[in-house]
Amino acid sequence: MLYLALFISFFKIGLFGFGGGLAILSLIQMEVEQHGWMTQQEFVDIVAVSQVTPGPIGINCATYVGYTTAGFWGSVLSTTAIVLPSLIIMLSICKAYFWLNKRFKGNPYFEQTLRFLRFTVIGLIASAALLLIKPTNFIDTFSWVIFGVVAFFTVLPEMIKGKRLSPFAFHLASLLSHPILLIVLAGLAGYLIYAPA
Amino acid sequence: MFFPLFWTYLKIGTFTLGGGYAMLPLIQREVVDRRGWIDEQEFLNMIALAQAAPGLIAVNSAIFIGWRVGGWRGVCGAVLGAVLPSFLIILLIAMVFSEWKELPAVEAAFKGIRPAVVALIAAPLFKLAKSAKISWLTALVPVAAALLIWLGHVNPVWVILATIIITLCSIWLSSYRSSK
Repeated sequence: MLYLALFISFFKIGLFGFGGGLAILSLIQMEVEQHGWMTQQEFVDIVAVSQVTPGPIGINCATYVGYTTAGFWGSVLSTTAIVLPSLIIMLSICKAYFWLNKRFKGNPYFEQTLRFLRFTVIGLIASAALLLIKPTNFIDTFSWVIFGVVAFFTVLPEMIKGKRLSPFAFHLASLLSHPILLIVLAGLAGYLIYAPA
Repeated sequence: MFFPLFWTYLKIGTFTLGGGYAMLPLIQREVVDRRGWIDEQEFLNMIALAQAAPGLIAVNSAIFIGWRVGGWRGVCGAVLGAVLPSFLIILLIAMVFSEWKELPAVEAAFKGIRPAVVALIAAPLFKLAKSAKISWLTALVPVAAALLIWLGHVNPVWVILATIIITLCSIWLSSYRSSK
């Protein structure tokens, strides 16, 4: 029964996961928390691990949840389940590619739905972040300082874009906005602040 | 065509960090510029389709390119290549992570990492809102979606389905009215 539940959950995530990576997070979070497969902390930790390891975040979460709940075959099953809807839908699209291209380009129903889905996806990502703002993840003032610093460096390249600055400043800003570097620095900060002396 | 696609995607999947979007420029360099399997225009069409379809963008693009280049075998090779590296790496991590997590140093580091992860999820919203050309009126859509999920604990699946249905109905209504 656990296998079936894992399969259904990750098939659903693959089927409704519009907008890729971050947008899929709120779907995964909802599923794994409803089933009690992962605590909130575990979820955040695996997102952190996903950010510093290669590969799509959806595959990482499916593999991890599958393994921790049902062992090796659980991880194979969950990963297959999240890929399966893509296979079905994308292969149908490929087979009808030329026909689709003619019919859907400029079709108002199709284009408007995509446009509004893009807006909804922004809301989904926002909800993924909001759901994680909890005392388990934000334990004290330092947490908020780390949050602020990381958020600042991530949006910095976007904010100075088009401004008249030296090329060096742009390079530095884009270097500092790298998620892996920011996670490593946050981990280092956590170690210095919270590790028992 | 199983092995060429498998190796290409395995290479890209192993060395790109940051998920699906980060893979796209590498896929383009390998598949369009170096191997010449498909042309630039078709690659751009592929990205549009891979983003419009549900599912992981990296996997969607692997399916499309696999199919165009090598049919069924191409699809199998590309998808396995795209999925296998992250599957194996996470499997290894999952096997040892529960023990490492108990270490005080690792626990302390993760206390610092957790708020950083939330910031990394939230920060791209700024750029996304800009590129989606959001106005004050259309901003109601993401705000309503976020509130429904965050405070209402509505499953995101329903929010996505509602977006599709409401958009289709409103276009249908407006075209119905203008035709009368």
